[in-house]
Amino acid sequence: MAVSSAAVQPRPSILSRSLSLLADSRNALGFGFMLPAAALLLVFLTYPLGLGIWLGFTDARIGRPGIFIGIENYQYLSDDAVFWLSVFNTLLYTISASILKFALGLWLALILNQNLPFKSFFRAIVLLPWVVPTVLSAIAFWWIYDSQFSILSWALMEMGLIDHRINFLGDPVNARASVIAANIWRGIPFVAITLLAGLQTIPQSLYEAATLDGASRWQLFRFVTLPLLTPIIAITMTFSVLFTFTDFQLIYVLTRGGPVNATHLMATLSFQRGISGGQLGEGAAIAVAMIPFLLAAILFSYFGLQRRKWQQGGGD
Amino acid sequence: MKFTRRDVIRTTAGVAAGALGSRFVGSSAFAQEGLTYKPEDGAKLRMLRWSPFVQGDEDQWLANTKRFTEATGVEVRVDKESWEDIRPKAAVAANVGSGPDLMLVWFDDPHQYPDKLHDVTELGEYLGTKYGGWHDGPKQYATREGKFLGLPLATIGNAIVYRESWVKEAGFSEFPKDTAGFLELCKALQAKGHPAGFTHGHGVGDGNNYAHWLLWSHGGQMVDESGKVTINSPETLKAIEYAQELYKTFIPGTESWLDVNNNRAFLAGELGVIANGISVYNTAKTNKDNDPKLAEIAKDMRTTSLPIGPVGKSVELFQVTTAVIFDYTPYPNAAKAYLQFMFEEQQMAEWITSSAGYCCQTLKAFENNPVWTADPNNAAYAKASATLRPNGYAGPLGYASAATMADYVLVDMFAKAVTGQATAQEAMEEAEKRANRYYRV
Repeated sequence: MAVSSAAVQPRPSILSRSLSLLADSRNALGFGFMLPAAALLLVFLTYPLGLGIWLGFTDARIGRPGIFIGIENYQYLSDDAVFWLSVFNTLLYTISASILKFALGLWLALILNQNLPFKSFFRAIVLLPWVVPTVLSAIAFWWIYDSQFSILSWALMEMGLIDHRINFLGDPVNARASVIAANIWRGIPFVAITLLAGLQTIPQSLYEAATLDGASRWQLFRFVTLPLLTPIIAITMTFSVLFTFTDFQLIYVLTRGGPVNATHLMATLSFQRGISGGQLGEGAAIAVAMIPFLLAAILFSYFGLQRRKWQQGGGD
Repeated sequence: MKFTRRDVIRTTAGVAAGALGSRFVGSSAFAQEGLTYKPEDGAKLRMLRWSPFVQGDEDQWLANTKRFTEATGVEVRVDKESWEDIRPKAAVAANVGSGPDLMLVWFDDPHQYPDKLHDVTELGEYLGTKYGGWHDGPKQYATREGKFLGLPLATIGNAIVYRESWVKEAGFSEFPKDTAGFLELCKALQAKGHPAGFTHGHGVGDGNNYAHWLLWSHGGQMVDESGKVTINSPETLKAIEYAQELYKTFIPGTESWLDVNNNRAFLAGELGVIANGISVYNTAKTNKDNDPKLAEIAKDMRTTSLPIGPVGKSVELFQVTTAVIFDYTPYPNAAKAYLQFMFEEQQMAEWITSSAGYCCQTLKAFENNPVWTADPNNAAYAKASATLRPNGYAGPLGYASAATMADYVLVDMFAKAVTGQATAQEAMEEAEKRANRYYRV
C-alpha cells in the first residue's frame, strides 16, 4: 500500500501557521517592526505630553493630585501680567536670537566653506560653544555680565570709552539684550555647522556654469547657493527656533527671570510656578500654552519642506 | 502607603541622654523617659541635604552619621544638592513617591505636602520636652494641626555685616540700631565711596530676607491672620518709600543680584554694608592665611542685627530648614532612629559648634553652645530661631505662602518701585493682585 508523503509529515500547529501567515504579510510585518518605536514614543513622548495637558486642566499641587477645573488655569493666566510679560519675553527672545543666529551662522558657514588654511581646525573650534554644557557657559556669562566684576565693563572703562560699569542684568532692556546675546553665542555653531554641511552638497559645477554665464558673487549666492540651501535652512531654523523657544538653563542661571521678571521666559515661569511654587496645574498650563507656538514652527517646517518647487528656487 | 506598626520601645529614663553628658542642657533635660526606635532589619537610608555653606557643618554631620552607622549598623548615604535645588527635588519626591528617605527641606515645604510626610510627633514632643522646648518660629514650619511633619533642624540667621573702619570713617561710632539712623549711615557710606548693597534680584535667600525685613519692620504684612491679603496698606507704602531712599545709596546693579553677589562684592572690598549669613565672615576668616586682603577684611568685619523699624522690634524672615521623613520610606523606624540620634545632645551640640554660627539651634537647651561666644561676630546669629517670623505672616503657612514667596511677589514689589518701573502705589497694588491669585479660596 502506498503511503502519501503528506500523511507522514506532522500537521503544522495553528500558532506556527499564524506566524507563517504573519511573516508573509507585508502589512503585519511592518506593524510589528513599528511597535517598539511606537511603544517608546507612547511612553516617553505621548504620555508625558498628555499628562501635561491634563494637569493644565486641574488644580493639582505638589503632593495633591487635583481635580478637573476646566480652563480655570488659563482664565487666571489670561489676567496675569507676569504671564503675558513672559510670552512677550519669549517671543522677543526667540525671534531676535533666531534671526541673528541665522544671519551670523550663515555668514560663518560661508566663510568656513572657503578654502581657508587650517580649515578643519577652525570648523572644530566653531563648535565649542555648542559642545560646552549650557550651565557652564551660562556661568561664564554670569561673570561677564556681573554688575561689579564684568570684564566687558572693566575693559571699556580701561579704554576710556565709559565712565561707569554697565548694568547688564539689572536694567530690563540691557538684561533682555544680554540674555539674547548669550543665547546667540551658544546657538551660532549649530546653525553654522549644519548650513556648512548643506553648502558642501551643492555641486561645484553649478557655480562654474553660473560663473561662465557672467554671474556676480551676489548672483551666485542668490540664484545658486540660497535656493539649494533652502531645505536645510528650513530644518535648521525649525530646530533653532524650538531650542530657543524652550530655553531654560541660561535664564535660570543668569537672572532667575529677573530683574522684576524682565527676562522670564514661559519655560522658566512654568518651572517657577509649577515646581518651586508647588502649583503643578498652573505650571503645566503655562507649558501647554507654549505648544501652539511650537506647533506653528513645526508646521512651517513641514509645509516648507514639502514644497519641492520652492526648495529648488521656484515660486509657489 | 501603609507600614507595619511602629516598633517603638520605650525604655527607662535617660538611656541616650545620660550617656551623652549635659554640658549644654538645662536641668530638666534628663528627667524624661527615653525613647528608642528599633531600625527595621536590613534597613538602609538615603538622605538628601543642602550643600554646606560652612564646611564644618557637613564634616560634623557626616561624622555624626558615621557614629550612627557604627552604633546601629544602619548605613546612611548622605547626598547633597545646591540649597535652591532642594525644593524642586523634594517636590518631585513627594509627588512621585520615590527618592531619598529623608530630606532637609526649607521654609514651608512640609506644609505643601503634609500627607506625604511621616508623622514624627512622638519624636518631636520627646525632643522638645527633653531639650527645653522648641523655638516657636522653626516649630511653626515643622508642625501642622498639632502634628510634627518633620523636625525643625536649624535656622540660618541673617545679619548686617559691615566694615567697622568704614562706618567710623563715615562718622558713626557705632552701628545705628534703627532704620532712620541706618539710612543716614548708608548715605554717609556712599559719600565715602563704600556703599551698601542689598539684594533686589531673585535671590531666594538674600532677596526674600531683605524684602521681608523692609515690609515687617514698617508694620506691613502680606496677609492677616485669616489669610486675607493686606499688603496694600499705609505701612507697606512707608516700607516702599523707605526702600526707595535706601536704594539710592546702593552700589548699582543690586536689582540683578542673586544670592552670591553681595558676598562676592563685599569680599572684594566694594561694599561697606550687606546683610548675610555668617558664611561670608567664615569665608574671609578661613582664607585669611592665603590672602592678605581677605585677612584685612576679616579683621575689619563686624556683624549686628538688622535695624529696628517703626514697628519697634526686630522682625526677620531667616531661612529655616526642617528634617523630614517621606512616608514612602520602607524604613521609618530607622529614619526616626537616625534623626533622634542626630538631635541628641552630643551630636547636636557638636554639629552646632562645627557649623561656626551658620546653623542656629531650634531647641532651647542648646542656646548656651560655646560657639555663640567663641567669636564676637557669631553673637548676631545666636537668636535667629528665637526672633524669626515665619513666611506669610500673619497668615497660616501652606501652599499659598510658599507660592507667593516662590513667585517673588514681595521681592518684585520693592524692586519695581525702587528702580522706578512703578510708583510705590502701583507696585503695592500689583503685589496685592499677584498675592490674591495664591490666597484665593
